[in-house]
Formats: sequence, C-alpha cells, structure tokens
Amino acid sequence: MLLEYIAIGVMILVATLIAFIAIGLGGLFGPKKPSAEKDTPYESGMNPYGEGTRRMPVRFYLVAVLFILFDIEVVFFLPWAIAFRQLGLFGLLEMVIFIVILLIGYVYAWKKGALEWE
Amino acid sequence: MTTPTYTDFYTLLPYLILTVWACVLLLVDLFIPVGRKGITAFLAALGIAVTLGFSITQIGAESVGFSSMVALDGFSTFANILLLSSGLFGIALAYGYTQRFNMVRGEYYILLLFSVSGMMLMAQANDLIIVFLALELLSIPLYVLSAISRKLTSEESGVKYFLLGAFASGFVVYGTALIFGATGSTNLAAIFAQAAAGVTSGLLLTIGAALLLVGFGFKVAAAPFHMWTPDVYQGAPTSVTAFMAAGAKIAGFVALFRVFATAFPSLAPELTTILWALSAVTMILGNLTAISQTNIKRMLAYSAIAHAGYILMAFVPYGNAKVAPTAIAAGLFYLVAYAVSNFGSWGVVIALEKAEGKGLEIEDYAGLAKKYPALAAAMTVFMLSLIGFPPTLGMVGKFYLFRSALAGGFPGLALIGLVTSLLSAYYYLRVVVNMYMKEGDPEIEREPWLALTTGFTAIATVVVSFVPQFLFMLAYTAVMR
Repeated sequence: MLLEYIAIGVMILVATLIAFIAIGLGGLFGPKKPSAEKDTPYESGMNPYGEGTRRMPVRFYLVAVLFILFDIEVVFFLPWAIAFRQLGLFGLLEMVIFIVILLIGYVYAWKKGALEWE
Repeated sequence: MTTPTYTDFYTLLPYLILTVWACVLLLVDLFIPVGRKGITAFLAALGIAVTLGFSITQIGAESVGFSSMVALDGFSTFANILLLSSGLFGIALAYGYTQRFNMVRGEYYILLLFSVSGMMLMAQANDLIIVFLALELLSIPLYVLSAISRKLTSEESGVKYFLLGAFASGFVVYGTALIFGATGSTNLAAIFAQAAAGVTSGLLLTIGAALLLVGFGFKVAAAPFHMWTPDVYQGAPTSVTAFMAAGAKIAGFVALFRVFATAFPSLAPELTTILWALSAVTMILGNLTAISQTNIKRMLAYSAIAHAGYILMAFVPYGNAKVAPTAIAAGLFYLVAYAVSNFGSWGVVIALEKAEGKGLEIEDYAGLAKKYPALAAAMTVFMLSLIGFPPTLGMVGKFYLFRSALAGGFPGLALIGLVTSLLSAYYYLRVVVNMYMKEGDPEIEREPWLALTTGFTAIATVVVSFVPQFLFMLAYTAVMR
C-alpha cells in the first residue's frame, strides 16, 4: 500500500531539489547591482505612493458582517432544499425558526442604521 | 429524523425561555428611548426571574432531550439557579454603574441575558458539540461586554479577551475532534462506554481530554492559562468584571465537572496528577502575585485566579467513586460561596469607583470605616470570606474542600491550600487595615440596587455560614442525582 506512494515522494523530493538548485545557482552566478529603484516594491511600473496598509471606513465592516449573516443563511438553505421532502413539516418549522432568528438580527441592524451609508 | 417531543422541550425549557426572551427584548429595546433604558434593565431582570421560577419547579426533575444531547438533572438545575441568580446580581450592579459612567445601552442587558443562557446550556450539555456551542454563546457576549464602555482600556480588555478566548476555544474544538477520533462519538455517556470497554486508543483520548482541560482552564482562569485575567478584569467595566468573574467561572467549572466525571473516569490515573499540579500551581501563583498588587481590581483578579485553584481541588479525586460525590458537592458549595463574596466585593469596588478610573487603588479605601461604617463592615465580611475566616461562607467552603482533599488522599494539596490561604490573609487584610486604621476621606456613590446587592450578599455570607449543612445537602443531592 505505502509503496505506491514512493513515486510521489520521490517526485516531491526531486521537485524541491530542482527549485533550490535553480535559486541557489542564480544567487551564486547572477550579477548583483542593487539600486534604490530596484529595491522599491513593484507596483505595475508606477512609482509607489502611500502606505502599504490603508485605513478603511468602518462601514465596510458592517457590510461584511451583514454579508456573513445572509451568506450563512444561504449555506443552510441548500441542504434543506435538497432534503426538503424527507424533513417534512419538522424541517420547515426548524427553518422558520432559523430565519426568524436571522430576521431579528436584520431588523436590529436596520433600526440601528447599519444599512445607511451616510 | 425524530420530531422533538414534549420531554425534549421540557429538558431545555429554562434555556429556551431565556433565549427567546433575549431575542424579543433585542427588538423591544429598539423602541425604548435612550433616556429610559431602565425599562430594558427591568425587562431583562424580569426574564431572568421568570426563568428562575421555572428552574425552581424543575428541582428533582431528571430527563435527557434532543437525542440525549442535553440533560436535565439535579446538577444542572443547581447550576442553572446559581447562574440565573448571578445574572440578577449582574443586572443590579450594572444598572447604576452604566448610568454613572455614561455607558447606558440596552444591549448591555441583552448581551448579559445571552451570556447567561450560554452558561445554562453549558450546565445542561451532555455532548461535546453542545459544550462548544455553549462555550461560544457564553463567551462572545462577554467579549463585547468587556469592550462596551468604549474607553481605551475597556476596548483593550475586550480585544485581549477575544483573541485569547478564541485561541482557547480552538483547544476545545481540537480536543473534541481527537476524542471523536478515539471513540467515534461526542456524547459524554457514549465516550465513557467506549473508554470503559477499552476499544479506544487510550493515548488519543488522553490527549483529547487534556486539550479540553486547557480550554476550560482558560475559561476558569486557572494557571498557567490565567495570563489574560488581570488585564481583562482591570480594563473591563467593573460591573462586567463582577458578572464575568462569577458567571464564566461557574459555567467553566460546571462543564469541567460534568465532562470529566461523566466521560473520563477511566482516565483518572493520568489526569489526577495533571489536575493536582494545576490546582497547586494556581493557588500558589494567584496568591503570591496578588500580594504585590496595589490596584483593587487587579488584586481581586489575582484572587479570582487563586480561587480557581481552590475549586480545582474539589476535582482532583474525581476518579475515586467513593469520594467524588462529596468532593464535587464541596466544589459546588464553594462556587456558591465564591459567587456571593465575589458580587459583594465587586459591589463595594463599584461604590468607590470614580470616573477616569479613580478610586480603584487600595489606598483609596483609607478611612472608609469612619465615614461609611456599614460599607466597610460589608467589605470586611467579603475579605474574610475570601480568606476563609469564620464566621463566613468562605471558611465553611474551604473546610469542605480541604476535607474532601484529605478524604481523597491528597494531604499535600490540602496543606498547600491551607498555607496559601494564610498567605492570602496578608493582602485581603491590607484592605481592612486601610479601611479601619488609616485616615482618609473617601467618597462613595449611593445607589439603591448597589446597596441592596452589597447588603444582601454580606448578610448571606454570614448567615448561611451558620447553617451550611442545608446548602451543602442541596449541593450533595444535586450531585448524587
């Protein structure tokens, strides 16, 4: 059983070795002429500006949280839809409870003004 | 797919009532104007009181529900009543505090309700999946509550608690996964059956149990998983700290008791040594570090760590069927004693706390006895109870704990407990010395709910200590059922 994996093991080993050899040879024989221009981060050929990390308006996070709310709702809908007939009335009621709980969160967010951009 | 029956709902009824109440209150609160959030506080307290009523009617009832994922028994009902009472105290302490510190938000009480419901689910959990669910449900509202005052320290406390708490939850999940791998089940009784039949990989199961221990150890603030405690307790609003210190500790220990006593008695030979060491280290480290604290919130935080060590003591002989029920009952008793003294002492801290974080040094307590003798007397009672000095609940609780440690054959642990208790007298009595023997001019806030809580807990601490047998028998029957 395990023997069959030897080929894959050898392949991984050789691939890693080749990568290291290629990088190592490049480092050994390649010319090195560092300059300020070369050391700047590559930004599609333009001169880079600003910080690497930028501040985001906190509203985006609210949108993200709301997105998760409905994303998960959909994730739960799919298996329920597939097994709808087997689950029957019980499944329907469970789903209604689930949606009502999500709805409470939604109404809360709405009333608190999470949906308004300004 | 089985349709839930009446028994299923009856088993989980207190939790269901509280959760539905909290959900509805979340909507109701939206229509309560900012100036009248007292209504939310009242409705939240009413919800807890109603649930408490239902819980009391469930005394003596026993059942399992939802494919035996949750259990209702004496143990869970005892814990439920204790947790709901903690919730009531938490609201009483918060009401005046949030107004005084300009952080009135209806969400405070709703998050508290959700947290209490998570703790109750924890007490009733009979399956590791439910344990995890309950752990998250109780923790996430606490993270938010820690950060609710929007001061820098409070936010730092919330983020710290969240990051470390999420890390600890990871341990619980990983432990659960390993246990499932070893036994093919997450149900506590099934895990025990598999382990007893010896068909499992012992090492895998032991590692899984140890990982669970790490996760719970974090929740109850046992050393060496206590690093977050002082910072979080100090930074969080004091009313939140009071609730968190009692509630999270009770829930963590209750889950620890149930999971280990139900699922892992066969692992006792390996785990007893670990628990012994945890308990000893926690007692020594908590008490020694508390000595050098000058801030009362930090001091009480280290005291909370030390008490986790004392309660862990109850738990060391859990594999010994003869001693275990008495020992776990002693643990439950001590949880009650600790919760009562805890709310009282944090209540006094709240009374002296000023805006901008003033009034939180132990020196600020100088002269309290001359100006406010009743408050100073109450604080003295709580400090004595935390030391374990008669006539207080703490003394009786420690007596039961040390007795069960001796009966279980761990005289060394009882000795460490005794010595560290003597040691702890130094820092607890320093507060008393400051109040009675030094000159000062402290100012306190008078709030009826705060006074009621402090007074009630002070009287309970003294009075119940004269009739402890009654409470102990309650705890004992709860465990035996």
